[in-house]
Amino acid sequence: MSTLRIARLVAAKDLRIEWNSRVFVNQVLPFAGVTMVIFAFALDADSILQRVAPGLVWLATMFSMLVLVQRSFAIETADGALDALRVAGVDPMAIYLGKAVALGVQLLILEVVLLFAAVILYGQTIPADGAVLLVITLISATCGLAAVGTLYGGLAAGFTGRETLLPLLTFPAVAPVLIGATRAVEAALGTAGAVVSDGWPWVGLLVVFAVAFGVGGALAFGPLIDE
Amino acid sequence: MTTTDPTLTHTDTGGDGRDDGAGTGTRGTRIIGIATLIAMGWLVAFGLGFSPEDRDQRESVRLLYVHVPTIWIAYLAFTVTAISSGMYFFGKKKSLGWDRLAGASAEIGTVFVAVTLVIGAMWGRLTWGVFWQWDARLTTTALMFVTYIGYLAVRRLGGTHDQRARRSAIIGMIAVLEIPLVHWSVRLWRSLHQEATVLGTDGDVSMDGLMLFSLFVGVIAFSLLYLWLVIHRTRVMAMEDLLDDRGLDDALAARRAEVVPSSNQASSNQASTNQAGTNQADSNRKGTI
Repeated sequence: MSTLRIARLVAAKDLRIEWNSRVFVNQVLPFAGVTMVIFAFALDADSILQRVAPGLVWLATMFSMLVLVQRSFAIETADGALDALRVAGVDPMAIYLGKAVALGVQLLILEVVLLFAAVILYGQTIPADGAVLLVITLISATCGLAAVGTLYGGLAAGFTGRETLLPLLTFPAVAPVLIGATRAVEAALGTAGAVVSDGWPWVGLLVVFAVAFGVGGALAFGPLIDE
Repeated sequence: MTTTDPTLTHTDTGGDGRDDGAGTGTRGTRIIGIATLIAMGWLVAFGLGFSPEDRDQRESVRLLYVHVPTIWIAYLAFTVTAISSGMYFFGKKKSLGWDRLAGASAEIGTVFVAVTLVIGAMWGRLTWGVFWQWDARLTTTALMFVTYIGYLAVRRLGGTHDQRARRSAIIGMIAVLEIPLVHWSVRLWRSLHQEATVLGTDGDVSMDGLMLFSLFVGVIAFSLLYLWLVIHRTRVMAMEDLLDDRGLDDALAARRAEVVPSSNQASSNQASTNQAGTNQADSNRKGTI
């Protein structure tokens, strides 16, 4: 079977498990929602919230991503499923791509929900001329996040202390995504007078990041889990 | 770390003229150590004594002689980590020596970055009035610091030495990918908000000759310190690995030793149990018949 076909099967498997267990809908989305609410408690002023809303959306996304990554690899290591896949001779690159796609799909849903939360809770508006920039930003940022999350999730999987190691490894690595995606979304939403054309250089950063970590992760994942 | 165990002294990682005694010191490292002390003495003399105070920054400029050398050596240390990670990962021999060099260098680099950040914060408080500025260089340095703390945490995940070496080699190489991306994004980020803050070193292009010399002494002193620390740390790591292996061997030997002295008795016991078992089986068989 080709790598892409296996990747599609792995991604479908992950998403089916999520759909059946409903953890994403019942726990991760509510967690992200409550994060948005407690941000409002911490930054108790409408003007501040409006100003920093795009950044808060991405912060909430990254916190939730940690939960998603932990879960994505908990289901693989619980019954030695990852070892079984490797013993069966499944290409690790395909496993990596499949899991990254599944994580990316969940992140994308999460981001859309959080954006709506920002519209409702923080009084954001989504102008029509920023829509294209917004969609491309969401997709490119999600690719980068999924690439990093899957790589470090695979590294930390199956070790004691992985819950604490994962954020330590992930957050410095995704700092460029947080910066780039926040600025690009600010441009798309017109936060604090930003214009749409300001956003495109940031999309460039996000795309370079996603490609670099996507390729690096796909190459490194095999040696990382092959133990 | 001292030991009288002869096997532990055979963990030479490339040093020369190893003494008969225990520990990680050799004649070579002792010479480097003494040279480090002398250079540090010079640095104190020039940094605090001979070099003049700055026109604008007054006495606080003396922090420069530690601040700048430590970050330079930290960059050197992380480069060494990346190269030795690559040497381990792509090398045919998979020599753990490269892995230990990578780990030792990263540890010392991280300590040096910490020194840079602390001294930088003090200097910032004196010259800018604040401990921290969201300047591109500062932010990148802070993120790099955290990245290598993560690398060191990965080294302590456990498993065999080879597992540790492979994992940390990959993370060591990914960190090299990460740092330029972080730096690029942070620079873009700051360029939108404010011009890069004037850092002391850039402002002083027409640096006083004696100041430049003091800085040079600082670089020499900290390079020697790095070399000395990295050699010792690599050797200590080799000993730790050996101790791990020996721990397992000792445990196995101890288990075997428990059995061997009473082996005659044990075998006779076993024979009698076997006998009993056979009898039991026989009687069972008879019963079923």
